[in-house]
Amino acid sequence: MPGIMRERFVEVTTDLLDRDERLALVTADLSAKLFDRARSRHPDRVLNLGIREQLLIGVAGGLSLAGLRPIAHSFAPFLVERPFEQIKLDLNHQGAGAVLVSAGASYDIAGGGRSHQAPGDVALLSTLPDWTVHVPGHPDEAEQQLRTAAAAADGLVYLRLSNQGNARAHGLVGGAATGRLRVLREGGAATVVAVGPLADTVLEATAGLDVTVLYAATVRPFDATGLRAALDGQREAAVVLVEPYLAGTSSAEVARALVDLPHRLLALGVGHDELRNYGSPRQHAIAHGLGPAGLRLRISRFLAH
Amino acid sequence: MTMTRTSRPVGSDGRADLSELNALMAQMTGDEKHSWAATSTLDVLWVLYDRVLRVTPEMAEDRDRFFLSKGHGPMAYYAVLAARGFLAREELPRFGVFRSPLGHHPDRMLVPGVEISSGSLGHGLPLAVGTALGLRARGLADSDVWVLLGDGELDEGSNHEAIAYAGRVGLDRLKVVVIDNASASHGWPGGIEARFAVEGWSTARADARDHGALEAAFKEHSPGRPHVVVAEVEEPSSSH
Repeated sequence: MPGIMRERFVEVTTDLLDRDERLALVTADLSAKLFDRARSRHPDRVLNLGIREQLLIGVAGGLSLAGLRPIAHSFAPFLVERPFEQIKLDLNHQGAGAVLVSAGASYDIAGGGRSHQAPGDVALLSTLPDWTVHVPGHPDEAEQQLRTAAAAADGLVYLRLSNQGNARAHGLVGGAATGRLRVLREGGAATVVAVGPLADTVLEATAGLDVTVLYAATVRPFDATGLRAALDGQREAAVVLVEPYLAGTSSAEVARALVDLPHRLLALGVGHDELRNYGSPRQHAIAHGLGPAGLRLRISRFLAH
Repeated sequence: MTMTRTSRPVGSDGRADLSELNALMAQMTGDEKHSWAATSTLDVLWVLYDRVLRVTPEMAEDRDRFFLSKGHGPMAYYAVLAARGFLAREELPRFGVFRSPLGHHPDRMLVPGVEISSGSLGHGLPLAVGTALGLRARGLADSDVWVLLGDGELDEGSNHEAIAYAGRVGLDRLKVVVIDNASASHGWPGGIEARFAVEGWSTARADARDHGALEAAFKEHSPGRPHVVVAEVEEPSSSH
């Protein structure tokens, strides 16, 4: 399964561009060739700017001001980190809408080193108001999130695609994704929130443990109500966050959700220190303690406190 | 808002216009002698709004757009918008107070007629490239998108991403005016226009105090190419 989220993005966006003349796609060379067919059909709405990421976001903002619904795409560090002030000013501050679709996530491009890895993207966007942040764990979830975002009249949506993922679309079991937390497993000792591509690993790591496992394919806005509901009736308000980007990115959201409730929180995710290693995404997951064994060890210790 | 309350459009030509605009600016500064940043743009703004831009307070969809990228010293901009009936003149004396729509940098969400919020340098031209592309995609082919930049602002690299791309794709509804008061710390040897010309723009230069020359430079026809006008402003003298 993994590896096909970006391909699904290309396929769905190509389809949407045919149907919705309000929609525009902007790239900065990365993935541009994958849109050759769409560009030949809609040269005015499929725009490749060259390697110009400040312009990528500026153009997206300008397209929105002209009444279009822009989708801007690049790898996560070049889409979010490099032009961050453009996101703040050319999108948020203008009241412009856009759909930002990234590829690469935290360590999909493990061999590429620090420059091609963006574990801080969701944390950065969390400093700005009004963003919906999707972290799909399966191409079917990504497709539905993309279709919904593109069809919206306006609004700011970040769709964080990854080559990592789950065997099934947990977010779509029993109906369309709602942006709410979904219960994958119920238990009494703690609530583990598994975000996007890490869900299957979390299920494996917590097998046999008396914990509730929630699944989030959307982290902003954060489903505080869903978290409260899961804690209701548990022996203790103990929460474990497992996020596929910088550890602690959603800690403030949990604190806000549980402001009146004494609670414990273990926030797991990609480490803060720079990992100067190459290899594979799986090796990076393990190095950050996000493999099944590392997660089980840390969650078990947390439960034993 | 009714327009009768706000609009007594300033006449068509000459010094009377500027004296009225000066009076409007004085409502914001409390001083008939204004800050240099504000006055360096006044003539250019006035000629654009009086003689070039197809835009009214109704903000029709097929209007020309004007993006003030160099957002600091916006008093001249607010004065022109008030003179043209976009903005209530009664707002001017409240410039910069807590609940005023008129900040030290303009906010499009607060000020009628303002197309972009600006302040941080180097954002207006990339946004304008996007809007020009968007208007073209929507078939609004007669709408020009104007951007006002400062020569110091051109230091920001984001402008150069936009200049190169707009030139290469022949975005001929994109029009730029650069206020050149020689404020860039390291200058632009060979002239500001050279940076645009090499990317395929048509270029013109005019004295920013000469309204006829500005108008002629603004209206130069450049099919298939974006157009830049460098408006030269003299350094302020000590008596200014």
